[in-house]
Amino acid sequence: MSSSTSTKTSTPMNICVAGESSLIIYFGNETSPEISAQVQQTAQRLPELMGESLVDLVPSYASLLVLFNPLLTDELHVRQAIAKATQSIASAEQSEGHLVELPVYYSEESGPDLTALAERAQMSVEDVIKLHMSTEYRVYAIGFAPGFAYLGQVDERIAAPRLSTPRQKVPKGAVAIADRQTAIYPAVSPGGWNLIGLCPTPMFDPDAEPTMPVSVGDRVRFKSISREEFLSLGGELPDQPSTSQEAKS
Amino acid sequence: MSVKILNPGILSLLQDAGRFGQHQIGLTNGGPMDPLAFHWANRLCENNDAADVYSNATTIEVSIGGFKMQAECTTRVAVTGGEMPLTINGEEAERWQTHTLNSGDTLELGYSQNGCRAYIAVSGGFQVAPSFGSSATVVRESLGGLNGQALKAGDIIPCAEDSSTQCWSVPADERPQYSSEVTLRVIPGYQQDTFNAVQQRLFFHNTFEVSDRCDRMGYRLTGPQVKSDIEGILSEGICLGAIQVPADGQPIVLMNDRQTIGGYPKLGSVLSLDLAKLAQLMPGGKVNFTAINIHDAHNALHLAHSRFTRAQLNTETV
Repeated sequence: MSSSTSTKTSTPMNICVAGESSLIIYFGNETSPEISAQVQQTAQRLPELMGESLVDLVPSYASLLVLFNPLLTDELHVRQAIAKATQSIASAEQSEGHLVELPVYYSEESGPDLTALAERAQMSVEDVIKLHMSTEYRVYAIGFAPGFAYLGQVDERIAAPRLSTPRQKVPKGAVAIADRQTAIYPAVSPGGWNLIGLCPTPMFDPDAEPTMPVSVGDRVRFKSISREEFLSLGGELPDQPSTSQEAKS
Repeated sequence: MSVKILNPGILSLLQDAGRFGQHQIGLTNGGPMDPLAFHWANRLCENNDAADVYSNATTIEVSIGGFKMQAECTTRVAVTGGEMPLTINGEEAERWQTHTLNSGDTLELGYSQNGCRAYIAVSGGFQVAPSFGSSATVVRESLGGLNGQALKAGDIIPCAEDSSTQCWSVPADERPQYSSEVTLRVIPGYQQDTFNAVQQRLFFHNTFEVSDRCDRMGYRLTGPQVKSDIEGILSEGICLGAIQVPADGQPIVLMNDRQTIGGYPKLGSVLSLDLAKLAQLMPGGKVNFTAINIHDAHNALHLAHSRFTRAQLNTETV
């Protein structure tokens, strides 16, 4: 969740032991679409190479955690599969992923940190919104909570650190910024990101197919919608007594 | 054909072997904190098929104790794990052994005297619709179990009718001994190089204590401060048992309900066989660490697998 403070410069691929049944592949130590594409391609190739012995994969910004069944394979064979999966990766064409457009109701009412963020950035609220919409983001990782997608990179001018005191209750659908990352909270949860709007599209629905509108490697664009559009798309504004539940978590 | 929860106690959760293959949408594993006790409970109820000693049948994981349920049909039941006094219709009953329950019978677990998690299995397992391939309850994700929640009084959990009176017990040699001090084998890895030699010595040669902040997500330990050269890393995948060290220098061992990615430096990961021992500790329990390499870890896993596979249950006459 925090940014890299490592002093190493960009390194070639590196495979480390993570645990008794997992190896982690480091493709670099910075956030970039190129490194992310390498992570993604490797994640796509490993299932076929490892078959039954592969338990799960966790792709992230610049790494891929490979979880295997130690009763079916061993470290050496997993390293060999990884070597094969990453062999021709540099020359392979970048997978572009799907482009997903997500509607956002940007306002002070739906984004309580919007004004403070604009003040910090020394620009108008309208310009903050414009800059947030002007970037095509990449889904770098999914984690923290079911359906929580880390999108990057936010324009440097509107990047903002996490709140010094995280909120106990961030509403479902909250569109938020932390450093150069942006995300949509898939469900009510505690959180310390700066809230700038609300998105009516469900980011995680166990009963839907697919469960999430995006996956790692996809691209996301935000589109501004009005309060009326937000409500007609099924969006709910927080802090209405009828929808409030116990705030403890 | 069901059981009714009369008192869920401190925390009781429906758990099968866990939810796998869903990390890419951010779902954690859940599943039993002590898999060995979980698998013995299922074996005692013959929930595995002949070819495989492991079963994915749904059990109830009772933490700390104070649990009470009533059978609404005839079935067989077994309780394994932490030492919670077991009574059936108010009479003391053996743990690590199959019992028959008739409709109306009550089963009660007192508060644990040693160990922290017990497993209740019934014939055929509790019948719960899986979500994402598993019935494992992860309250934080509102998934699994009954509506993603911990069990509460009045819950009715379907199970199969079983009139067999064949009962089994786990041989004494095979029952784990729970204690309040454990040594955990650690496979060094991840960012271990960012902990210098002095810091690694501090970690491996001191005793840590389980703090009050321990749950199914992670066990926060207190002890000497262990410092990494870095405060954070680019967020990356976290495996079961990973030991992360935040800036305060107090290690957190990540358990079944951990979040799938995170940005704190990690020293390595605890061997799963030993993680079960940590999961059986209460706050105040003592923890030591010792390093092993991944090959020794695999040997230990194969030996444990072989031992569990070959162990035979004793026949109990009723």
